[in-house]
Amino acid sequence: MNALLQKYADEIQVILAKYPMGRAGKRSAVMPLLYLAQHEYGYITKEAIREVAELCEITDTEVTSIVGFYSLYYDQPSGKYHVQVCTDLPCALRGAEEFLENLCENLGIRVGETTPDGMIKVESVMCLAGCDKAPMFQVQSAEGLEYHENQTVESALDVINKLRQG
Amino acid sequence: MTDMAEHILLRHRDIPDLDQIETYRQNGGFEAWRKVVSKMDPDDVTNEVKASGLRGRGGAGFPTGLKWSFINWQSWPHYVVANADESEPGTFKDREIMESNPYQFLEGVAICAFAVKANDAYIYLRGEFWQIAHKLDQCIAEMESAGYLGDKIFRTNTSLRLHTHLGAGAYICGEESALLESIEGKLGQPRLRPPFPPAVGLYGKPTIVNNVETLTNLPLIISRGADWYKSIGTDKSPGTKIFSLSGCVNRPGNYELPLGTTFRELVFDHGRGIPEGHKIKAIMPAGASSSMIIANDEALATPMDYESVPNVGAQLGSASVIVIDDSVSIPWLLNKTIHFFKHESCGKCTPCREGTYWMMHLTERISQGNASMNDVMLLQDVANQLKGKCLCALGEFSIEAVLTGIERFPADFEAVTVKSNS
Repeated sequence: MNALLQKYADEIQVILAKYPMGRAGKRSAVMPLLYLAQHEYGYITKEAIREVAELCEITDTEVTSIVGFYSLYYDQPSGKYHVQVCTDLPCALRGAEEFLENLCENLGIRVGETTPDGMIKVESVMCLAGCDKAPMFQVQSAEGLEYHENQTVESALDVINKLRQG
Repeated sequence: MTDMAEHILLRHRDIPDLDQIETYRQNGGFEAWRKVVSKMDPDDVTNEVKASGLRGRGGAGFPTGLKWSFINWQSWPHYVVANADESEPGTFKDREIMESNPYQFLEGVAICAFAVKANDAYIYLRGEFWQIAHKLDQCIAEMESAGYLGDKIFRTNTSLRLHTHLGAGAYICGEESALLESIEGKLGQPRLRPPFPPAVGLYGKPTIVNNVETLTNLPLIISRGADWYKSIGTDKSPGTKIFSLSGCVNRPGNYELPLGTTFRELVFDHGRGIPEGHKIKAIMPAGASSSMIIANDEALATPMDYESVPNVGAQLGSASVIVIDDSVSIPWLLNKTIHFFKHESCGKCTPCREGTYWMMHLTERISQGNASMNDVMLLQDVANQLKGKCLCALGEFSIEAVLTGIERFPADFEAVTVKSNS
């Protein structure tokens, strides 16, 4: 029984149709299917790995290695919203490190930690292609990704408060 | 200062709502696509692009038409892949193209596919560009319903389908062979080359991989001709380039300018100079992968094109110009760039996996003031051991700033190191 297939038969059909017929094409669907599973379960569960492996006709181990290699897949539950601040060189030159530090201080957590209500995890991440609009961050959740640019600590706290209110 | 009378790539800055199919069509959109499909042979298209002198905008500057001519005609099917993985720290040009001028980019993908007789093309976007992928999917659907994609395009036998594919957070997937592995549902790790993708690419079939900006040049090259294109830029580097300007400047952003524009004009005229009270110290013309140029008068007067930048000891690369002022310590900067490369090393080849690890520990200690000049020499030594030994160019990129930083800014290292007893 494959719960993912049962619930998302149409979406899965669209994904598979992007790639050539046959085994090689099915394997190509592993990344989009993992996104679908992450959207459904909130993170990549053991069950999700089994389901995706079955759909792509590859082993659980192969799917697990993909999850481990790419940084946008999560194999554990964590904060509902990931606030990911870029602190790479161009952003750092525009004050991104101080921004991140002050933001965390305001939230009462350290970089990499989740707020006590389990809602917000603040992380430092690699370049997000928003170098000219630093400080900037993306919010990652099961619903997708959203960019917030030209930020101050105040505007970022506003964004976070809105996320908390849903 | 050169003000672009008319943008070629960032045309949305001249024409509002260019991301709407109707607006795009009213401004000459899809005319080039119609022309190649109904009036040209694939060879004519490749020859026109060769004649234009267009060079790959992803960083290598390889002549685009020449790359296409390497496609293996004995093996089928053929594929085209647009590299929209844009992950180099300092680069944010492809994002603007796809967000605001998506149809010109997609028309470019189609023209390339026609030239190499590919019926399927993939657009590989970094996972963070999730919303852009969604937008492109909508644009592709619009083009399908307008009859620009699908089967029997313009009542001919040409068929073409475009597909988006999202990565999931891996810098290495910007390397073309790692990108192909990633589309195939494998770990994004580079392949041994040769064979190169035009011979053996996606699913083992002949494949052309081009950068988003490169492809976006094609519609106007076809509709206005190679001679028009060659009249812009320099003899060996024709056309315009989008310079992503970031770091210590008053007005960072994307600037589309003719190739051959000087660093001085970009930084001081377009970027409005350095924040008050500071002086320009260094320039990294190709993002974090870049060598560091001492920003003296000679460097600032250098034209930004593929031939001139090497004269001042760097490469033009993707033209992601990071400006460094005198408040920045080079050891701190190196720790930043090496931290990035260590994090993004795919782990396949030992020099990059181990070398970036050791360089990170060394740059950390040096920038924190817990190291001696011997450690700086050790860092230099480790970097030299990576040189020429990595499986892909991205590993090699990690040492550019390290080696040139130590060589060109020795005083910065003397300032933070402790006297050694040895």
